[in-house]
Amino acid sequence: MMNHIDISSVLRQTLACDLYSNLVTRSTGAAVRGQIEQLLMDAGDRALTVIDFSHVSMIDLSCADEVVAKLLMRYADDTRPQDAYFLFRGVTEHHSDAIESVLERHGLALAIEQADGVQVMGVLRDVERRAWEATYRLARVGAGDVADEIGCSVDEAQEALDSLLQHRLVMYMDGDYVAVGRARG
Amino acid sequence: MTTVITVPPSLDDHSFEQVLEQVAPLPLDAKILVDARHARWASPYGLTALLTLAQTRTERPSFAVPELDDTASYWARAAFFQHAESVYDLRGSYPKRRETGESNVLLEITPIAKSNDVHDVVGRVQEKAQQIIKTELKLESKAIVGFAMTLSEVCQNIIEHAGHGGWVAVQSYRWTKRLGRRVVVIAVCDAGLGFRRSLESAPGHTPSDRWDDASALEEAVIRGVSRFRERGRGQGLAGARNYVGRWNGKLSVRSGTARIAIVPSWDDDVPLAEGLAAFAGAQVQVIIPEAVAEGSER
Repeated sequence: MMNHIDISSVLRQTLACDLYSNLVTRSTGAAVRGQIEQLLMDAGDRALTVIDFSHVSMIDLSCADEVVAKLLMRYADDTRPQDAYFLFRGVTEHHSDAIESVLERHGLALAIEQADGVQVMGVLRDVERRAWEATYRLARVGAGDVADEIGCSVDEAQEALDSLLQHRLVMYMDGDYVAVGRARG
Repeated sequence: MTTVITVPPSLDDHSFEQVLEQVAPLPLDAKILVDARHARWASPYGLTALLTLAQTRTERPSFAVPELDDTASYWARAAFFQHAESVYDLRGSYPKRRETGESNVLLEITPIAKSNDVHDVVGRVQEKAQQIIKTELKLESKAIVGFAMTLSEVCQNIIEHAGHGGWVAVQSYRWTKRLGRRVVVIAVCDAGLGFRRSLESAPGHTPSDRWDDASALEEAVIRGVSRFRERGRGQGLAGARNYVGRWNGKLSVRSGTARIAIVPSWDDDVPLAEGLAAFAGAQVQVIIPEAVAEGSER
């Protein structure tokens, strides 16, 4: 199942005000994340959700920490409430500095949809980044496919895929791995 | 007895120390008259710090307004008198209504007490800042987002840590005396807890042998330590520090008896000043200068 969450709509509902399109302040970020988590609860046990920043003018560090970092950490944790995956859309230079900064701070990574496809942003080891790119290119893969594609051992490829799964950057479907952005839930 | 506190003719973050040196020895309930009659110019820091000074007094102070019409008019446009009326007994004549029109004031003095104030401030300053940063400071468009982000983070510092409302102002002007270039200046001042007391309130805080205002500022501004122990905390000022570093700007943070600064090559300020006159709360200033061609910097 694929969901779409327009962050600017959530922001307006959270603040009960149509005037603001900036994601600023920690308390606003916490409230927006709370709304997102509510929406995710209705999305089923396993869901891919598009987090859409298209109509958000800018985001500050505190808000990025609450909306992006804490959301990713909650669903990357083994105690996650459900099997959720995220694809970020509409992220521009108005958002990327703050988002990159919090990803780096927490050692996180996310998938961003751009005009020329999906890319990963954040902290990944080189082998993980190459494994993700191979997974995205090949659509459905096992560890052997990734190992062949990027020239590493099957064990290394498996370890990279496990890590990407933990990061919520790939989904495990019917015995194969599918990159977020390729998969439609 | 009323003690007269003389405001220097040119009031900025450095000359404001002269004001504090006069006030610091006095008991909090001593009656003071802040005499700004001969003031000719004030930076956003000077104006917001004057309001903050009044908030540190238990006995409502008096304030003699600038005699020069141009100065009074400029201070009125910055909304100084509008807010000063609430914290000072004003003496002398001054424009009662804020004049509008072309002005260097990107954001007039605005109180910050809650999260929505930050939304309001960022929203109001965005469009004008965009134009000034791009056309007057000649910086890349990335500098505009960073500016709004920095403004938001330094304002949030009040909400998260001061335990007391504060003031923000943003102005753009040509800084002839020190730099000879245009600058955009953010000033955020509060009379709240200050950095040392805020960090002391952290769970499990154990002060080092040398624990004072200066070391608290080093912890917060340089090492990104916050009273909150969560990993993502303490990044606001670190973000401001990165922003000024990237655009060759200056960040200074004063709290208690110390001031720490990220000093660019065009300035000769000291990185850390200790033993200053005590002043409650925290006072932050961000200066972003006009870009210059490489090699032509002063």
